[in-house]
Amino acid sequence: MSVSAFAVPQKNFGDVREEVQICARGFNFYYGKFHALKNIDLDIYKHRVTAFIGPSGCGKSTLLRTMNRMYQLYPEQRAEGELRLDGKNILDTDVDLIDLRARVGMVFQKPTPFPMSIYENIAFGVSMHERLRRSEMDDRVEWALRKGALWEEVKDKLRQSGTSLSGGQQQRLCIARCIAVKPEVLLLDEPTSALDPISTARIEELIMELKKDFTIVIVTHNMQQAARVSDYTAYMYLGELIEVGRTDAIFIKPSRRETEDYITGRFG
Amino acid sequence: MDITVAHPVVAVPTSDSITKQSPGLSARRKNSGLGDALFFNITRAFAVFTLLTLVGIIISLLISSWPSLQRFGISFLWHAEWNPPAQHFGALIPIYGTLVTSIIALAIAVPVSFGIALFLTELSPRWLRRPLGTAIELLAAIPSIVYGMWGLLVFAPFFGQYVQPVLAATLGNIPLVGTLFRGPSLGIGLLSAGIILAIMIIPFIAAVMRDVFSVTPSLLKESAYALGATTWEVTRKVVLPYTKVGVIGGVMLGLGRALGETMAVTFVIGNTNFLNNASLFSPGNSITSALANEFQEADPGLHSAALIELGLILFLITFLVLAASKWLLLRLSRGEGSRT
Repeated sequence: MSVSAFAVPQKNFGDVREEVQICARGFNFYYGKFHALKNIDLDIYKHRVTAFIGPSGCGKSTLLRTMNRMYQLYPEQRAEGELRLDGKNILDTDVDLIDLRARVGMVFQKPTPFPMSIYENIAFGVSMHERLRRSEMDDRVEWALRKGALWEEVKDKLRQSGTSLSGGQQQRLCIARCIAVKPEVLLLDEPTSALDPISTARIEELIMELKKDFTIVIVTHNMQQAARVSDYTAYMYLGELIEVGRTDAIFIKPSRRETEDYITGRFG
Repeated sequence: MDITVAHPVVAVPTSDSITKQSPGLSARRKNSGLGDALFFNITRAFAVFTLLTLVGIIISLLISSWPSLQRFGISFLWHAEWNPPAQHFGALIPIYGTLVTSIIALAIAVPVSFGIALFLTELSPRWLRRPLGTAIELLAAIPSIVYGMWGLLVFAPFFGQYVQPVLAATLGNIPLVGTLFRGPSLGIGLLSAGIILAIMIIPFIAAVMRDVFSVTPSLLKESAYALGATTWEVTRKVVLPYTKVGVIGGVMLGLGRALGETMAVTFVIGNTNFLNNASLFSPGNSITSALANEFQEADPGLHSAALIELGLILFLITFLVLAASKWLLLRLSRGEGSRT
């Protein structure tokens, strides 16, 4: 019996050899004494969408938040092992955090527009990494808003407050703000969990579009979403990576019993 | 395993039970309506009471200060002579003292409080937060007269002997600004009063700032960090704009206290109504210390009226400060982009 509840679009990778962008080896993570991620081995491929699924508390967001070292803000959290971005272990102490975060952008569960204008929301991140002339910045803001599929809706009101937009628009603003810095990797932490179905559909379309230029890692509670947007899916449970593989394989014929139970809804 | 589901006994309301229930229900509704009305009127009465008190105070201040208002008119504000025997009064020196000491206090207290709040919310190790926070709250609990005595007996001699000569030798040599830091090192004076005031209002401003900083959603801060911002950039561009209402409220709370503080200022300001130079080292007077010093022996006529007019002026200054803070908030929110 195949798991037919999910329409998994056929994805044709051709004969292109996948290129590894992020690779974890023997990766462990701790909240104080709590061992949250156990010995994770994982490859994330360039210009592909990788989805993390699993029940709440399984460590998917935790794993995502190590990829830009967001956990560093909280002194009781620490990571061990290898987490390589283009071969360089980002857990090394000599890694420049500001530089890392310019290369690995992140979008959160809820839209978080900064208390400034739409234009400033985009320019804020850019100005921390590059010195641009006014006209160059204008071009960059337009480019990012176009990439974020928001330009047509906001081009006449760039001076308005970012918080005046609707929820879905705010989230696309946050994505555009991330893209504006020209990162290589986009981390999306349940990016549609606070949005209505139509806004969700627009964000999903946007994700499919963005993977041409960016490596995307998405955490989601919505398995249909994982099936729709991702090329690879990783199933996590209680801090362990149970199974990872091509999304069609994971959803149609998972090799582990636990994965199948979760996907078919027998558990979780 | 079989789970047998017991069918719950569903009580089907009969027409009888409905008619029996409905009078009880409507009685309850009526009751709560009455309670709401009562609650509404009581809270409104309290709110109106504040307004009445305010208006009452203004009216009684106006009546009591009428002789002085009539005699000196608006020129009361800029006449520097305060001479009770000659029955001639001008408020310039107390107004100047109040404003200058408050400005000095704010200039010192705002950045220091900001630093304290920032350290406590963003940078401090967790174990240090609670003791440090408690220490700040304790500072706020010290009575002002204790600050005044400490200022007069400990701080002012030290300040006059060691700090003022250094200030005079360094800042005093800068053109223009230098005139503020010249003159005899007495210890007491406008600058000392301002510094004591700063120490007194730091706990208030810092506590408010810490509270509003800590309610900034961590997701918002993380978003800025995720773009590669430093702690300073996150604070400057995200936390401060987000919390501006609270921050300005805290600063106003401190300023209000600085303007109205009496005892501590009276101890260290020098209490003299002569001021013939711009130096912050010179002793002066503030509105509140003039009131505290002279009210006891003021004769009921013009002298009392002039003192009450000083109180009225302090009232007006506080009002202007509040209005200015509202205006500032309006301007700041315009900087964040329009809403329509």
